[in-house]
Amino acid sequence: MGKILEINGPLVKLELPQTVIGEQVRVGRMGLVGEVIGRDGDTALAQLYEDTAGLRPGEVAEGLGWPLSVELGPGLLGAIFDGVQRPLQAVWEQSGDRIARGVAVPALPRDTRWHFVPEPARQAGSALIGGDVLGSVQETESIRHRILTPPLIRGELLELAPEGDYSLEEAIGRVKLADGRIEKLYLFHRWPVRTPRPFRQRDHAVVPLITGQRILDTFYPLLKGGKAAIPGPFGAGKTMLQQQIARWCNAEIVIYVGCGERGNELTDVLESMPLLTDPHTGRPLMERTLLVANTSNMPVVAREASIYVGITIAEYFRDQGYDVVMVADSTSRWAEALREVAGRLGQMPVEEGYPAYLGSRLAAFYERAGRVETCAGDHGSVTLIGAVSPPGGDFSEPVTSHTKEIIQTFWALSKELADARHYPAVDWLESFSGYVGSAAKWWAQHVDPNWERDRAEALDLLAASEELQRIVNLVGVEALSSEQRWTLEAAGLIKEGLLQQAATDEVDSFASPEKQYALLAALLEIYRHGLKLVKLGAPARRLIQMPLLSQARRWKSQHSSDELAALKAKIAAIPDAFEPLLQEYAHHPSPLRGEGQGERVSAQAPGSQT
Amino acid sequence: MKNIEFRTATSAQGGLVVMGGVPGVAAGSRVQLRDHAGRIRSGLVIRAADDAVLVEVFEGTDALDLENTWVRFLDEPFKLPLSRDIMGRVFNGSGLPRDGRPPIISADRRDINGEPLNPAARAYPREFIQTGISAIDGMNSLTRGQKLPIFSGGGLPHNRVAAQIVRQARLLGEEAAEFVVVFAAFGASHADARFFQESFEESGVLNKVVMFLNLADEPVIERLLTPRAALTAAEYLAFDLDYHVLVVMTDMTAYAEALREVAVLRGDVPARKGYPGYLYSDLAELYERAGRIKNRRGSITMIPVLSMPSDDITHPIPDLTGYITEGQIVLGRELANQGVYPPVTVLPSLSRLMKDGIGKNFTREDHPHVASQLFSSYAKALEVRGLAAIIGAEELSDADRRTLEFADAFERRFIGQGEDEDRSIHETLNLAWDLLSMLPPDTLIRVSEVELAKYHKGAA
Repeated sequence: MGKILEINGPLVKLELPQTVIGEQVRVGRMGLVGEVIGRDGDTALAQLYEDTAGLRPGEVAEGLGWPLSVELGPGLLGAIFDGVQRPLQAVWEQSGDRIARGVAVPALPRDTRWHFVPEPARQAGSALIGGDVLGSVQETESIRHRILTPPLIRGELLELAPEGDYSLEEAIGRVKLADGRIEKLYLFHRWPVRTPRPFRQRDHAVVPLITGQRILDTFYPLLKGGKAAIPGPFGAGKTMLQQQIARWCNAEIVIYVGCGERGNELTDVLESMPLLTDPHTGRPLMERTLLVANTSNMPVVAREASIYVGITIAEYFRDQGYDVVMVADSTSRWAEALREVAGRLGQMPVEEGYPAYLGSRLAAFYERAGRVETCAGDHGSVTLIGAVSPPGGDFSEPVTSHTKEIIQTFWALSKELADARHYPAVDWLESFSGYVGSAAKWWAQHVDPNWERDRAEALDLLAASEELQRIVNLVGVEALSSEQRWTLEAAGLIKEGLLQQAATDEVDSFASPEKQYALLAALLEIYRHGLKLVKLGAPARRLIQMPLLSQARRWKSQHSSDELAALKAKIAAIPDAFEPLLQEYAHHPSPLRGEGQGERVSAQAPGSQT
Repeated sequence: MKNIEFRTATSAQGGLVVMGGVPGVAAGSRVQLRDHAGRIRSGLVIRAADDAVLVEVFEGTDALDLENTWVRFLDEPFKLPLSRDIMGRVFNGSGLPRDGRPPIISADRRDINGEPLNPAARAYPREFIQTGISAIDGMNSLTRGQKLPIFSGGGLPHNRVAAQIVRQARLLGEEAAEFVVVFAAFGASHADARFFQESFEESGVLNKVVMFLNLADEPVIERLLTPRAALTAAEYLAFDLDYHVLVVMTDMTAYAEALREVAVLRGDVPARKGYPGYLYSDLAELYERAGRIKNRRGSITMIPVLSMPSDDITHPIPDLTGYITEGQIVLGRELANQGVYPPVTVLPSLSRLMKDGIGKNFTREDHPHVASQLFSSYAKALEVRGLAAIIGAEELSDADRRTLEFADAFERRFIGQGEDEDRSIHETLNLAWDLLSMLPPDTLIRVSEVELAKYHKGAA
């Protein structure tokens, strides 16, 4: 037992010899929990996860003997935890609407009994290595929770319980370790959050993560096991996009970490997820989701811990052989928590007050993503998507620029697009993906061999239109040639008919890869038909007036991913729409008309058939 | 401990006093300090150790000596006494009356710092609040339990807009009677404070308003307590007495500047523009006290007002606020100079919770699409306006000219309205369709074909 010497904000100086850095401490009469971050002689410096107001020098303090750890076992799915894995639903029932300090509630419910089915291969006497599957519990209808041997165990299985119902407190087996000690096995185990869980080896990420969002999947793909960042100023739709990914992506487990963000947003997720169904399994989305919530008004030290709690739980499901997506909103708040603590420790600030180790901490965190061969020989992945909230939308600030060096897929959100209500406001010029080559193989095999070519063509078109738009802004649209005007129009068609996607529209909210490609191919076909006509001398104005163009802009919200037949029928009819114009201009080629000039001449030509 | 006066000050400088040899003082405890002239000052323990206690003195350390300074540790945080009688009253930042009437006596005294709301206990804001202002109701709707700040600049009429919202805000339906207002002003000028007081008086809402005032010439540290006291009162009204509370706080810039001033005195490491790294967490502690709670009838809806230094939306104060609040109403100088009131610049304005509070069961089925179409059409129209400024209006096509007319009409008739004009949401939406009807139906792709047929005046 030790005692408090000094209280300074969330930092507390303790007289507590023989504690280890990183160890958990319980402090004061209120029993506030924190972790040791430094030692000096017999004193220990600890940061507390809770508000320290009311603590007094002289009150008791004790070391708990273990680092910040999470409980891993059945009961995780569908739950909402705070930044140090306290179950907020249970805390609410116990301490009321406000989070009282010093509440101690176990992370996983102790009274629930789970139906455990042992793995047939695990016989008494067989060797047991950390990560081996002992058996499984059907936690939700869609997720079979595999009960894993704690990672550091290596020994001989003495006994394993038969099929039956067990609570987390009942042992389900015993193992004899190499040094002769006998250890009990339970349905759950603990793991320190700041240590990555072990695996056999890293695999190549090869399969794209399908999010159902066209600008992401089709243009800037992310692979299962990949790393992505979503930077954007406030109001650019960062949270909305992340929620869309959490809702629709084809991962088996989704972990949503609300790190220093709004309370109402988490409530939105909590209220809407149970009502939505997973497009891939047809089950409620909440069955595969869990939330870690440290809202912006909750203590800052727990905010720093929250993303580690999230990633550790993600790794645990990865070790069961699942594809896991973890969304961290926002890593900037995590970095700020780091800065705040560093400031109180008097560490030398480098850029904008951030400590010098910001970059290495960020990199180490993102490196916990990946597709791996698990200790049990299975394959699982953790895909990490981090939101970044750059101050003033300035992407050159430290957190954004460090993150940009680490990640592979960069979904840059633009304030200008959001202001024009172009959602998702992913900027097609600023964004990038290092996974296009791998994704192309998958698309070619599963959807269409022309995906890579068409994607590139659409991007070229968008880039060309950006150039042309600059000219238009200077001298007006009349200065463009017909071909240029058509390019501009076709780019507009792609922006409105493909890139814009309404999250609130039932049909448009999710697009399957087939639908995404069908729309892309269709819009490009319209462009190519038009281009052919323009080259034959048809004025762009006549093309722009075609009703087909405004119709095509609505296709995305008229046909859901399950009923593509009707969409394909419309696509098949595209050539017919151009037929009359083609008839007209194919027979009267006018090769002598110049740029711009040509338009005026043809506008006077008696050719309108309406 | 409460009754013992200590005379053990060992140093005093820049608003901070160090007390020696006072064992067992609680962190965050309130302090009463008596100087050589017998004047009482108040303060707060910001660092506690057995051999040295660091006290922050609100009124500063001017005219203080070490020998004749007597300090009492009150052994509790700042608390606000609460009862039904607070309604219609005016308090200072520490919760003492400034209207000449007796102080509130109550056994119910609460820590003004509050405790964080459990995210699992929150209920999501859904009900639409009608402010009677088209630019807000139509395009940036406010919902019950939301925090929606007004971003303004020096000389813009944010106070008039805030007062108009307080006068006109109401819920659609029968619960209108349960609506009350908590108003907090910090660093406000005497003129501004009077403007609000008179405006509430004239419209007869004064007995439904609780005011907390800290004026520009009053202690800076009290500025940090004012919003906390106001929010404690709001929580009491909302979650104990079941009222729907609208909290108006002005001016958040003065608050953040006070925080910076105090942080510099404490020697905290500055982050951006000298503001401390914890500005975000500190602002969030205030803003996140808005909301609704499951199984409770009341709610707290918050409208913080802040003036953006040099109209710069990327300045840390509006920037961090925007990351915490659920949208923002931006007032613009350009519109104000053209005489448009309220000068709401709609493109950077946003209400994040709007999507869940409008539409079929709340306002009208076409509302979400109409709002989206107005944004998109107006954004396009502004592009055309920019083009016209370069190449001249004569060079524009007919379609472009019509778009320009739409932009002008939209600014004058839709955004612009009288300071006493209270438009119902139906009036707002009908007006929107009048304006959208100036544009050809096939350019309106954000509204459905059914809505076009029903509402577009040129569709028939």
